[in-house]
Amino acid sequence: MNPVYRKRLLVHRVGIALSVFAMSIGLIFLLWILTTLLIKGVDGLSLFLFTADTPAPGSDGGGLRNAILGSLMMVGLSTAVSTPIGILAGIYLAEYGEGNWFAQVTRFVTDIMLSAPSIVIGLFVYALYVAKVNHFSGYAGSIALSLIAVPVVVRTTDNMLRLVPNSLLEAAFALGAPRWKVATMVRLRAVKAGVITGVLLALARIAGETAPLLFTALNNQFFSANMNAPMANLPVVIYQFAMSPYDNWRELAWAGALIVTFTVLLLNILSRTVFSQKTPN
Amino acid sequence: MPIPIPTVSQKNKTIEISGLNFFYGKTQSLTNVSLDIHEKQVTAFIGPSGCGKSTLLRTLNRMYDLYPGQRAEGSIMYRGRNILDPGQDVNMLRAKVGMVFQKPTPFPMSVYDNIAFGVRLYEDLSKGEMDERVEWALKKAALWGEVKDKLTKSGLSLSGGQQQRLCIARGVAVKPDVLLLDEPTSALDPISTAKVEELISELKQDYTITIVTHNMQQAARCSDYTAYMYLGELVEFGETDQIFMNPARKETQDYITGRFG
Repeated sequence: MNPVYRKRLLVHRVGIALSVFAMSIGLIFLLWILTTLLIKGVDGLSLFLFTADTPAPGSDGGGLRNAILGSLMMVGLSTAVSTPIGILAGIYLAEYGEGNWFAQVTRFVTDIMLSAPSIVIGLFVYALYVAKVNHFSGYAGSIALSLIAVPVVVRTTDNMLRLVPNSLLEAAFALGAPRWKVATMVRLRAVKAGVITGVLLALARIAGETAPLLFTALNNQFFSANMNAPMANLPVVIYQFAMSPYDNWRELAWAGALIVTFTVLLLNILSRTVFSQKTPN
Repeated sequence: MPIPIPTVSQKNKTIEISGLNFFYGKTQSLTNVSLDIHEKQVTAFIGPSGCGKSTLLRTLNRMYDLYPGQRAEGSIMYRGRNILDPGQDVNMLRAKVGMVFQKPTPFPMSVYDNIAFGVRLYEDLSKGEMDERVEWALKKAALWGEVKDKLTKSGLSLSGGQQQRLCIARGVAVKPDVLLLDEPTSALDPISTAKVEELISELKQDYTITIVTHNMQQAARCSDYTAYMYLGELVEFGETDQIFMNPARKETQDYITGRFG
């Protein structure tokens, strides 16, 4: 065999082997976590999970109805608030981001916010809102979650919009379309799938956040749909129940972790399959 | 009373370019270009890469406006106005001076909406009128037969040649005066190219057409007037037959015969 080709083949095989090795490390831990969750969490799965509220200390059974509702309401409100803000800010950055100091600063701050520890954001909302109104609340939790979600949406929207080739924008301008129409009807549409993926990723991220809720929504042992009062939520319930001495609490924590993880996994799969479409050339 | 015999030189001028200079930042890429584009005729810009022919085309609809640092000086008279005036409404200008690009650029929407997009910008048509307009434009672009059953499919699902004709249909649908074609067939196979060329001679009945091309035969086949450009200057401009058969300048002859370029 040609020695140059043989050497190339060898390098190729070593490269493939290293990549597969690296990938399997990631995959092994993910599967490990998922199977552990399934095995430990499946015992706690029952209809009561969705019909009964978190149990009082020492009492039997119980469910997660209040926590699931609280999480849904807070994550829902945060998504509803942060999606339009994030997408509009992303459009602004992509359209006017070149050589504009305000846009540069926005992009810089967004990057910092992306990597800010979530507990800091929880404390920030505590100091600014909770301490002023003197009570924990679902609204405070939503504010904290929104602060985490907005930069994720801004960043993905900005990045996606920058992928749209100039030729497509020129084609729209060439028809005499005003800038806002080109931005929304052509540019944003061209990367619709990517932007929706960004929103779903932000949703997945805030669905599992515990730290920012500890100082804002706190928890609530009882069923409550009042967002102006302390609110139960899955992450904090998991956190408290997992460290409790009661068997039924720990079982509920496993079940809650299973629900959160698989919801997030499902959202990720959804964003990658259902909304994936051909990217513009 | 003697009947005036129409000659080419008496044809109406749609666009009169005079003393046009163009700058990309500090680099000058067009120098003192002056030529007339005649109504309902095809004018071809030819020349080697980087000679400024695309730049010249892009001044005619002020496409360069999108990029800070690019500017044009001189005058381009269209409908009695200098379109280089800062006061010119560029959106209205572009609605009248349409453009088709080198690479097909279908919008990420259905075939129907690709056509309707531009029409909706300036006209308020009923559903029925819009259906008619879409059909009319697609027929003009010789695409109707191929897409009439997939109007709701994405424009991106068409083949390259079909996408380019869709872009031409989109440009025609808004009923412009002038169509600017920037190397419209350079990304197409010979069959699609032939279709687009046929289309050009068809469209010339109703529109003034300006085409940039690298393909000498294409310029010879499709155009009535040809401008040969080199290094940002207009070397020679005249009727296509004359430019190709009997060019006045030696540089033009060298380029056309392939000795240079």
